[in-house]
Amino acid sequence: MLEVAAVSHCYGAHTALERVDVSLARGGFHALLGPNGAGKSTLIALVTGLLRGQDGEIRVADHPVSRRARAARRHLGVVFQQPTLDLDLSVRQNLLYHASLHGLGRRQARECCDRELARQHLEARADDKVRLLNGGHRRRLEIARALLHEPALLILDEASVGLDTASRQALNEHVRTLCRERGMTVLWTTHLLDEIAPADHVVVLCAGRVIADSQAQALCSHTGTQTLQDAFHRLTTTSGDTVMEGAS
Amino acid sequence: MNAGAYLHCFLGVSGREWRRFVQQRTRFFSALVRPLLWLVVFAAGFRAVLGISIMAPYGTYIVYEVYITPGLCCMILLFNGMQGSLSMVYDREMGSMKVLLMSPLSRPFLLLCKVLAISLVSVVQVYAFLAIAWWYGIRPPALGLVTALPALLLVALMLSTLGLVLANAIRQLENFAGVMNFVIFPLFFLSSALYPLWKMQEAGPWLYWLSAYNPFTHGVELVRFALYGQLAVGPLLWCLGLTGLFGLVAAATFNLQRGQGL
Repeated sequence: MLEVAAVSHCYGAHTALERVDVSLARGGFHALLGPNGAGKSTLIALVTGLLRGQDGEIRVADHPVSRRARAARRHLGVVFQQPTLDLDLSVRQNLLYHASLHGLGRRQARECCDRELARQHLEARADDKVRLLNGGHRRRLEIARALLHEPALLILDEASVGLDTASRQALNEHVRTLCRERGMTVLWTTHLLDEIAPADHVVVLCAGRVIADSQAQALCSHTGTQTLQDAFHRLTTTSGDTVMEGAS
Repeated sequence: MNAGAYLHCFLGVSGREWRRFVQQRTRFFSALVRPLLWLVVFAAGFRAVLGISIMAPYGTYIVYEVYITPGLCCMILLFNGMQGSLSMVYDREMGSMKVLLMSPLSRPFLLLCKVLAISLVSVVQVYAFLAIAWWYGIRPPALGLVTALPALLLVALMLSTLGLVLANAIRQLENFAGVMNFVIFPLFFLSSALYPLWKMQEAGPWLYWLSAYNPFTHGVELVRFALYGQLAVGPLLWCLGLTGLFGLVAAATFNLQRGQGL
């Protein structure tokens, strides 16, 4: 579903990504981890086409982002780290605006809105201004918006930031349900490692390089640690030149 | 993507711009109060000082209020164009620009939608102003109100694309105050909006030449003639050319990365 091959990116003299390779199989929950400044946001900006690539190739649903960006974007749904809802518009108006950006006609847009609002249990809030929603509901609305055009790959860039524990868990479980029930591919970036399940495929970025690419539990056994937290700490503090690969 | 998809996208972007405008009632109010103050207070004071002789497109002597009405229409377009550029900088800083750019439609088209939507909202405000001016006694020919529409739209597009060029150049929201001082005021005062160019010539040749080459002057003259059912070919060509130029520069310089902290 997502192929990132030998991607490098620099901001002036600073190298943000260095020959990064990531491959996400179709379907399932994939986590992208890394400390601040690891290059996660740069990688997501490159995948979504918000940054122009400098080196390497990225393919979304077999469409190269550099040459067929618009086709690639059609298969992408993104929930950005920064809230991007229009607070003065209603829940439904935000969704309809997004639908229009994807060229959906009025009737189709309304049907998609109703479908996603029902799935996110937000029907009762459809005509409320977004300003009136709490943080958890706003995130749900952003997910509803990202799914409106039925993308094959959903990217959530630190989507749980700022939510309380209960809302975080609910959001995480909700996204996993989407994976199970709709066969969707999800790329979830986070700093909160308790959001990752042992069977999840995990990619760890550190200083612009992939230092681990395996199942979460394999990562623990490879590093000889009990928890993903410890494994992550060990990997990112002693990354050196070792790259850990495993089943994904 | 078929033509219908592009139409739906345009309707969606314009609808959002319109809803934002309607919800910001103070913006609508201030957009009207500004030119009305000029019309009712400033023009009344200047009427005695500035006599306007017979000149095209007016067939007779006119009062000063009649002279400055097209300039005040363009003033609304100018302020709105800049307000639009401010909202682009704001959207970029707040991240909502990303939502627009995740659309699978072409980015130049998305920018065109945005500019056209801002322009249409501006033109609606101009007609609200003209309605109040009509009630106040400034009455151009009724047909002129129709022929002015394409002229107003073209000038609005020219000023909105100029605003977009500025939005691309402005790194932070805080720098927008500079735009007011260095762009809006010189454009407005160094133009034929408040006084005819021949009056400027009396003041000094450099003032005259600055005003004669000011894009805003051409916009004002295009609207002035259109409001009286006449086509000013020179200003029309200037406005068409400058809109194309500003549009190309805006599309070429559009760079989301600026100010995003990606």
